[in-house]
Amino acid sequence: MKLEGKVPPGPLAEKWTSYKSTVPLVAPNNKRRIDIIVVGTGLAGASAAATLGELGYNVKCFTFHDSPRRAHSIAAQGGINAAKNYQNDGDSVYRLFYDTIKGGDYRSREGNVHRLAEVSRNIIDQAVAQGVPFARDYGGLLDNRSFGGVQVSRTFYARGQTGQQLLIGAYQALSRQIGLGTVEMYNRHEMLDIVKIDGKARGIIARNLLTGKIERYAAHCVVLATGGYGNVFYLSTNAMNCNVSAAWRAVRQGALMANPCFTQIHPTCIPVSGDYQSKLTLMSESLRNDGRVWVPKKLEDAKAIQEGRKTGLDISEDDRDYYLERRYPAFGNLVPRDVASRAAKVACDEGLGVSPTGLAVFLDFSDAIQRYGKSAANVQGVHNPDAATIVQLGEKVVEEKYGNLFEMYEKITGEDPYKMPMKIYPAVHYTMGGLWVDYNLETNVPGLFALGEANYSDHGANRLGASALMQGLADGYFVIPYTIGTFLSKDIRTPRIDPNGEAFDAAEKAVKARIDQVLNIKGGQSVESFHRRLGKIMWDYCGMSRNADGLKSARKMVVELREEFYRDVFVPGSNDEFNPELEKALRVADFMEMGEVMILDALNREESCGGHFREEYQSAEGEALRRDDEFAYSAAWEYTGWDKEPVLHKEELIFENVELKTRSYK
Amino acid sequence: MKLTLKVWRQESSNKKGSFSSYQLDDVSEHMSFLEMLDVLNEQLIGKKEMPIAFDHDCREGICGACSMVINGEPHGPMGGTTTCQLHMRHFKDGDTIFIEPFRAKAFPVIRDLVVDRSAFDRIIQAGGFVSVNTGQAQDANSIPVEKDVASESFDAATCIGCGACVAACPNASAMLFTSAKVSHLAILPQGSVESTRRVQAMVKQMDEEGFGNCSNVTACEAECPKGISVENIARMNREYIGSVLGSETSV
Repeated sequence: MKLEGKVPPGPLAEKWTSYKSTVPLVAPNNKRRIDIIVVGTGLAGASAAATLGELGYNVKCFTFHDSPRRAHSIAAQGGINAAKNYQNDGDSVYRLFYDTIKGGDYRSREGNVHRLAEVSRNIIDQAVAQGVPFARDYGGLLDNRSFGGVQVSRTFYARGQTGQQLLIGAYQALSRQIGLGTVEMYNRHEMLDIVKIDGKARGIIARNLLTGKIERYAAHCVVLATGGYGNVFYLSTNAMNCNVSAAWRAVRQGALMANPCFTQIHPTCIPVSGDYQSKLTLMSESLRNDGRVWVPKKLEDAKAIQEGRKTGLDISEDDRDYYLERRYPAFGNLVPRDVASRAAKVACDEGLGVSPTGLAVFLDFSDAIQRYGKSAANVQGVHNPDAATIVQLGEKVVEEKYGNLFEMYEKITGEDPYKMPMKIYPAVHYTMGGLWVDYNLETNVPGLFALGEANYSDHGANRLGASALMQGLADGYFVIPYTIGTFLSKDIRTPRIDPNGEAFDAAEKAVKARIDQVLNIKGGQSVESFHRRLGKIMWDYCGMSRNADGLKSARKMVVELREEFYRDVFVPGSNDEFNPELEKALRVADFMEMGEVMILDALNREESCGGHFREEYQSAEGEALRRDDEFAYSAAWEYTGWDKEPVLHKEELIFENVELKTRSYK
Repeated sequence: MKLTLKVWRQESSNKKGSFSSYQLDDVSEHMSFLEMLDVLNEQLIGKKEMPIAFDHDCREGICGACSMVINGEPHGPMGGTTTCQLHMRHFKDGDTIFIEPFRAKAFPVIRDLVVDRSAFDRIIQAGGFVSVNTGQAQDANSIPVEKDVASESFDAATCIGCGACVAACPNASAMLFTSAKVSHLAILPQGSVESTRRVQAMVKQMDEEGFGNCSNVTACEAECPKGISVENIARMNREYIGSVLGSETSV
């Protein structure tokens, strides 16, 4: 199979413009006759469904949630990037493109990333027009802040709830189309398979989660916007119900899974507190604008903190190691996520961690409180403020900027982050890998498209902060409405797809058999216990750092775990009822297959790049060692059968505009 | 700590429900309330029983999925907190905790603690949006919005659509939810253009869904995990009256 990226020819900055001018269109009278299925209602899915509905297509949209507004995009905190250059600080489309390519450690496709940077500006316009209440300055204009891995302020934000506000914007646009009848919405419906007719994606099989009924839905094409697979690790910042099943079912139908080993471990999450823990909570990267990361210099201080004999406040300035500022003076605390996470792991591996488990570092706001306090005192005309006034005023400024995050931290940990430095540790947050797509966001299965985190398109081996929201909305609002025409324009003579044909019969039968299989095992272990064990294997061997021996043994463990699952899992209840345990069982079964491919990909990629750190490939200073001569390609894996070896397909990455360099933030 | 849980169990919407009693012996104060229920569910599954069904997802207090009444209060005893962000350190050893679903005619029970809140979606579909198609927007900075005005709009926009306001209200009224959306959009210049039509359409839908009326109890504000103010209800009433009396538009 030859993978064609289908990036249009011509100079980088003109590719998308000339593509848009020449892409085949579907006339309005034909749009009315064409059905599109959109699975998922996060930023990518909701914006795609709404926009395709506006254009006049018949859209059917599916979510397993009780409402489209619950999709996990809602939890994004920090912000959304756009090359608006409102701050006049040297930003441009090219610079956003370049930062994203570099931040992704040169493992993404130039053409896709440049398009993303171009349409980023339209997203902000669109969101503001929808009533998204972005932060503003006193002049009434939009405010920006900085995120990791860049040296400009291009991040638009809505307090610490940017994802919520953008998702509600997209949800409202979607709701408008539902009201107008262009989009038919199916809540509490989970896609369980893709149906192909003559090799093209023509529908889905979905389970009505309220009744258990297995239902068929047919369309001219299928768009998956079903998010990432971070929950393979069990503990992650993903919502509890995030899963890989839709994407994995696509893989089982022949779509390729690209770069599955590229997972993002976010440096600032609230550390694990016990075995009962169900998920991890992110503390936004925006906190690194003002928070300083440190650990004690001396092992005995770290030990005293771990044992509760000292706190961070007892460690004098000279005995603190602000290790990010020391190791990366140019970017300091705002190095990209992969770099910050690894540095935290190094510190904790040396025994310098600051929680009872030894797995935490400090994120300290005392300097910021001082700095803001003094400046606020000046503004108020207080020229010799006392220490208490400075702290009081400084805390107020910090509260304005990060109040909801501080509150969330206090609720979870019971500690006051205004007084005590926060404790943070890296956690799984995002997956850069995903379904392989070409420039049209179409997978190698004709008529099957993948948007947002579900595809692998734009972030290479590491995603920069505030770029996930950008990509989800770019794909949904501004890319798919054009690119879907390449497929549909050839399909205008195709009548409505019949959901009663052979292909649907077979797919429905297979889904029912799969459900019966897990229900009939009636073993002794819960689904949850398998998921936890899978997560531990993945975290220990395919997490922040990886090596060949570990990966090989992990693969064996995952295969064994999967066999044990099909021997001994217990799923209560039946199919014909509202049964969340059954939903979970089907998802965990897919996670176990996905986990193996992740390990395989990590084993194959004998280099370190972005979020993928192979211990065998590092510089003398412990920095990632990329091997462009051998690995400047996207690895796309083909599923060939239950007991068969997946087949690797390579798409060489061609860099015509940027020079491949060692990524340095020093 | 040791706890006694009295949990509402109901197999489906058309079956009768009742409280079942469960003992939990080893609850850590660091657990979240939902993690405590996870532990109980694992025990139930171990005994081959059906676990307690409850809606949940992000567990960060933002998706609005969790929907239970704890000891008579939606989302439990802590102000400004969703159930998923409620931690067991706020309970004592030996406590008995009553857990029920959100109760309202417009929120029928699906199973145990899970209710159907799709009525909220339909209220938004009736008018809770700005009618702008993708691609029609002008430059984002072309309409300045006063910082305080944007902030006021934001306060209303933080609603997570959980339905605690309805569950808290003796009339099961959806006025706080509906008014939060009316306010969010009416306050902003981008949304004010169609505010007349919006408020009428949303109120009409709200009434059709079977929610009760507002009688100024303000329990909704007290129980709202996001602190949405009842001022929004006053604004909606003003908008509504103005739209009916002062405008040609009627929905």
